[in-house]
Amino acid sequence: MIKLDSKIPDGNIAEKWTNHKFNLKLVNPANKRKYNIIVIGTGLAGASAAASLGELGYNVTAITYHDSARRAHSISAQGGINAAKNYQNDGDSVYRLFYDTVKGGDYRAREANVYRLAEVSGNIIDQCVAQGVPFAREYGGLLDNRSFGGAQVSRTFYARGQTGQQLLLGAYSALARQVNAGTVKLYTRREMLDIVVIDGMARGVVARNMVTGEIENYTGNAVILTTGGYANVFFLSTNAMMCNATAIWRAHKKGALFANPCFTQIHPTCLPLHGESQSKLTLMSESLRNDGRIWVSKLKGDMREPNDIPEEERDYFLERKYPSYGNLSPRDISSRSAKEVIDEGRGAKGQEAVYLDFEDAIKRLGRKAIEEKYGNLFEIYQTITGEDPYKVPMKIYPAPHYTMGGLWVDYNLMSTIPGLFVLGEANFSDHGANRLGASALMQGLADGYFVIPYTIGDYLATQKFPSVTTGHENFKMVDQEISETAEKLLSIKGKHTVDEIHKKLGRIMWHKVGMSRNAKGLAEAIEEIKELRKLFWQDVIVTGNGEELNQTLERAGRVADYLELGELMAVDALHREESCGGHFREEYQTEDGEAKRDDENFRYVAAWEFAGESKWKLTKEPLEFEYVKLSQRSYK
Amino acid sequence: MSGNNLNLKLKIWKQKGPNTAGSFVNYDVSVSPDASFLEMLDELNDRLERNNEEPVSFESDCREGICGTCGLVINGLPHGPIPKIATCQLHMRNFKDGDTIYIEPFRAKAFPVIKDLIVDRSGLDRVIEAGGYVSVNTGSAVDANAIPISKDVASEAFDAAACIGCGACVAACKNGSAMLFVSAKVSHLALLPQGYPERFKRVEAMVKVMDELGFGACTNTYVCEAECPKGISVKNIARMNREFINAKIKSKTVEV
Ligand SMILES: Cc1cc2nc3c(=O)[nH]c(=O)nc-3n(C[C@H](O)[C@H](O)[C@H](O)COP(=O)(O)OP(=O)(O)OC[C@H]3O[C@@H](n4cnc5c(N)ncnc54)[C@H](O)[C@@H]3O)c2cc1C
Repeated sequence: MIKLDSKIPDGNIAEKWTNHKFNLKLVNPANKRKYNIIVIGTGLAGASAAASLGELGYNVTAITYHDSARRAHSISAQGGINAAKNYQNDGDSVYRLFYDTVKGGDYRAREANVYRLAEVSGNIIDQCVAQGVPFAREYGGLLDNRSFGGAQVSRTFYARGQTGQQLLLGAYSALARQVNAGTVKLYTRREMLDIVVIDGMARGVVARNMVTGEIENYTGNAVILTTGGYANVFFLSTNAMMCNATAIWRAHKKGALFANPCFTQIHPTCLPLHGESQSKLTLMSESLRNDGRIWVSKLKGDMREPNDIPEEERDYFLERKYPSYGNLSPRDISSRSAKEVIDEGRGAKGQEAVYLDFEDAIKRLGRKAIEEKYGNLFEIYQTITGEDPYKVPMKIYPAPHYTMGGLWVDYNLMSTIPGLFVLGEANFSDHGANRLGASALMQGLADGYFVIPYTIGDYLATQKFPSVTTGHENFKMVDQEISETAEKLLSIKGKHTVDEIHKKLGRIMWHKVGMSRNAKGLAEAIEEIKELRKLFWQDVIVTGNGEELNQTLERAGRVADYLELGELMAVDALHREESCGGHFREEYQTEDGEAKRDDENFRYVAAWEFAGESKWKLTKEPLEFEYVKLSQRSYK
Repeated sequence: MSGNNLNLKLKIWKQKGPNTAGSFVNYDVSVSPDASFLEMLDELNDRLERNNEEPVSFESDCREGICGTCGLVINGLPHGPIPKIATCQLHMRNFKDGDTIYIEPFRAKAFPVIKDLIVDRSGLDRVIEAGGYVSVNTGSAVDANAIPISKDVASEAFDAAACIGCGACVAACKNGSAMLFVSAKVSHLALLPQGYPERFKRVEAMVKVMDELGFGACTNTYVCEAECPKGISVKNIARMNREFINAKIKSKTVEV
């Protein structure tokens, strides 16, 4: 069994990172260009890492399946990015951001990592502003902040409703500068399909050229995965269409432990389903909850138009249940509360939706003020639904949005495979069982700009690297596996399309491994997923061939991986006999229906080792809380 | 919300690769008016795949109008008939039962077709690589509030920075010019104090690469602005022209 060493430095929490940086070995500046670092992904985490490492003088190979580094899923983040600048003088501090994040994650994250995240958060904002990121400003010319996703201080920096876009374009521009300088070689339209481990170290990757179908080999001294989250295992999620788990899943099968796979976040404010052909779900920024009020009718099966339901017959359920946080209660709690009222039969006009109403805000602040704050979001809503949210309350419903779980990494962001580092949403590190709003962008950029440039140097400086070429037999083996899998997929020629099977998997995941879970449902899900996987490998149809651009083949490979990952998510959810954050087990709740943690038995990170089809070994990393007091989260 | 399905005739451009000839292929579909345009193509592809027929290759990712991946010419218009949205935000309720819809890739000299509706827009990245950035290394930034920027200027810079890099401006232009795209980045950075020091070098370098890559000249027809899903203004082109002239005046090595 693998022994996990989190490598958390000694000392007071406020000094750990500083001391650690001092203790890390440095690579001689003249030697840096001799090291080749492969970065998979050019989202916030990947672009920031590749650019920063290029600036330091390393030889960087950056690979993305997108046609341009500017298009990663990070681009669609709307709401904002947190940082403990305390520009608003409202009592924020590094310590408070740290504390809120650990608490928000329901005490399932590592204190030391979270503290470091809070500590570097301010530098991120400085860096982005210097790149020309046009954050919102006040009339005095200084940066504006808002409170976001359940925070009681205003620490969120934002760029209209397009924060992710502007941050990514900033990181992308830094990357473009390094491409121009020749320190980064960028390969677009390449899908990494496996890593290559030689003498126990990650020494390269194998990717498919998505235009020609060629299998390409890349060697390096270290590999960094920044490939994002896996919420698309649910088929319908707020993630971009191409987001997938293939990179981390294949690394998992090569020996990287997968941590807390069941910790997924269901976001409360998404647009409801319109029908069978629905391809993804659209997020409406959580910032809407700052002014919008969430409600349903007090009556079951109420088919009246929302504007015909009088005030006294409305149930503002979040305000009622959580008077001090109200509509700003954390995501897991808000989503679950919406599900509860819908399960009671009180959804908007009998549908799977609740109202998000701006009538009071418009009365209080005027239409113009609301337009200024949320104009583009209201437009998006109207384009998609054909309804005018200035006049009729929006309808919203929860949707899978973010995955807190991911590959296990130590304090240096290295996985259990030496030389394989994992950053951004792809790792499990900082958000515990629930992520706070505006903290994913912060984490991706913290990892890429301010953590990996230090920690990877220590790894490179302390290893001996036998020379490796793409002719090595391990490359050949992986190449062959990949070609065989593709041939297999193309030769089945069955009856079920890839999307059809993906949708089926999504339904199993949503109903049984989704917002609330129980032992019976999870056990069923495991069996159903196995059945579905069998069906896939016997009866899927993948058109075309492998020697050309073939989007069906691309999707088939991704769905094949989801069909394994989905099972592990259910296995993890079944084993965790407690409720915490986004993981709600119906058997473990308090009298008033809140998540009931079991700190005695489950205060650990569950790290799973792949041991053959449907087999995993569990290793536990106990979590110690020295600074944050464990308590039941209360937002009442 | 939901109404009756729409029955439509699609004429979709199919092309094996950059060096083969393409042509329109006809498909009949029946689709819910609540579906998006791309969901209609998903359904069509699902049907084709089920029959072991080659699906239509097209690109999309966020489906929220921000990543800039999707881009189809629909009935002759980049991103379709509704102004200020990307293809993925177009919904079928904007069409009528019985309509015939032509679907083509973004066409321009600098955007070779890769397959069917997918084109190669990497030229836009080459232009950014030439200078579309502020040269600031990680770690060397001053405090974010050290340089106040007036709200109006920040807002103007934002308007330019909102470009999603989809290339509709190039596809809309009869000359295949990338002036709107390039000028948006030049403006965004020239307006901000952070971008000020490199402004002349930047505009010269970006324009040079733009010309080399075969993007055409600007003849002020303004269709780029009309077709831009983000409404990027042609005022940026005027600003870039000014920047460029100033750069040439300042520059010691005037090329003719
Ligand atoms: C709609 C939406 C709104 C959000 N809003 C916010 C917000 O307001 N604030 C906040 O903090 N967070 C928000 N989030 C979460 C946040 O956007 C993401 O967690 C974060 O951007 C992930 O960044 P990343 O760099 O880890 O991954 P991504 O941005 O997903 O990038 C992944 C990269 O990896 C590449 N890649 C993946 N697999 C492969 C492979 N096999 N081969 C080659 N390349 C590969 C992709 O091409 C891409 O470049 C939001 C998320 C969504 C879905």
